[in-house]
Amino acid sequence: MINLKLLSPLFITLCFISNINAEVIHSERSLYKNVIVEDNDNIRCLKFSVKRKTSSQSCINKAAPKALVFNYTKLLFSSFLLMDKPEHVLIIGLGGGTMSNSIHQLYPQAKITNVEIDPAVVKVARDYFDFIENNKVNAQTKDGRIFVKRAKLKKQQYDWVILDAFNGDYIPEHLMTKEFLTEIRDILTPDGILAANTFSGSELYQYESATYQAVFGDFFNVRFDDGGNRVILAKNSGLPEQHTIKAKAQQINKKLSSYAVDTNKLAPLLVIEKDWPANTRLLTDQYSPANLLN
Amino acid sequence: MSSPRQFWHNPFIYLLAFTSGFCIMAVELLGGRILAPYFGSSVHIWGSIITVFMLSLSVGYLLGGKLSTKAVSLKRYGYIFAIAGITVLPVALFAEPIMEAIFMSIEDTRYGSLLASIALFFIPTIILGMISPYSVRLLVSDKNNSGQVAGKLYFVSTLGSALGTLITSFYLVLWFEVNTIIISVCSVLFILGLLAVVSNKGAVNYD
Repeated sequence: MINLKLLSPLFITLCFISNINAEVIHSERSLYKNVIVEDNDNIRCLKFSVKRKTSSQSCINKAAPKALVFNYTKLLFSSFLLMDKPEHVLIIGLGGGTMSNSIHQLYPQAKITNVEIDPAVVKVARDYFDFIENNKVNAQTKDGRIFVKRAKLKKQQYDWVILDAFNGDYIPEHLMTKEFLTEIRDILTPDGILAANTFSGSELYQYESATYQAVFGDFFNVRFDDGGNRVILAKNSGLPEQHTIKAKAQQINKKLSSYAVDTNKLAPLLVIEKDWPANTRLLTDQYSPANLLN
Repeated sequence: MSSPRQFWHNPFIYLLAFTSGFCIMAVELLGGRILAPYFGSSVHIWGSIITVFMLSLSVGYLLGGKLSTKAVSLKRYGYIFAIAGITVLPVALFAEPIMEAIFMSIEDTRYGSLLASIALFFIPTIILGMISPYSVRLLVSDKNNSGQVAGKLYFVSTLGSALGTLITSFYLVLWFEVNTIIISVCSVLFILGLLAVVSNKGAVNYD
């Protein structure tokens, strides 16, 4: 009883911040952040931190488990417009495991490796978000940078790397540098794709864009006009032409429709925008004040 | 009989102690940034760095105290600074190959980061730790004020540490590359050391 009384003000505050109908069904403090699972009717969300604001990391619709709730996850799906069939996928930053589950359902033969630094997030993904693990899909509790460095040593190759490790509150600065992106480039197959879910606001946008440009050359800057996240699609080899992308969008539209993704609407978003000053300083292991710039 | 100390003597020692405090924490803070690409940015990185700094400071205090029992001079004090400056330099010059080698041979990032911290920071921090007790010896003129002098010295050098932490993390990393800051630290320590050696002439008899 006493415990409940102590917790109730926190509980009420949490509900108030997010939504009156929302119910916190799980909350724990990990080594890195507060991890909260919240139910709001059929939508279940994973949220991090309550310092200033909670930010939703990953949501599922329990009534339509396949449908992607978040715009940025839909943006990540634009990767399919550049590839045929992923065989080896690396996901850095697990969240609720939504991306991993979707890719596994679409391509059951693909080998998917999830790398997540926070064991609490892996646990919550398993317990509350039906994160699928089997002989094709696994999750490792590791720092993304270290995993990539070791993968490079072992000469492992991935045809799709998804970088989804930035939650807005704190940015792992060693995952934004030229050296890190070069390490990712080295573990990509010749046709491999890097899809990074990242920032579109703040001063950091320019620094980050210039750094990706320096490593990969031109990249697609995929975003909706909602001022939210952007997804960077970068390739080792050249980017395809718009007509090729449109044809591909038509071809896979049906396959992805059950995920609430309309590929025909995504295709025109794959644009190259060089909208940062040419002399923008690059982020390197020597210079990466990402949190100060954000 | 000791000759009267010149007016600049004590402020000069305090300035040097302040600077050493500043430099220790600037290097410690950058340590996290230096290790991150090879060992991640998790809490155990800081565990490794802080452990090594505390351990080597404690050894440094012991050695500095011992050194201050014989042939005390501003010249020797200056040598400590100059050597500190030289021993910090490998952090900028050889960190990459050292960490690379450790990364290749140790899979566990906890022990990897601990070993890397030892390799990079153990020796320079011992030398920097020698400065505080040696400063006390240079400043104390009679045993009645020894406690007060020690207190004042800890105040000044710890204030330097606080400012070194703040300024490095808030501003220096925003303006400069890590190696630029490290090399500046080396230069400042080395130059102050030379200044102390040069000003030794006509200074004080510490008997």
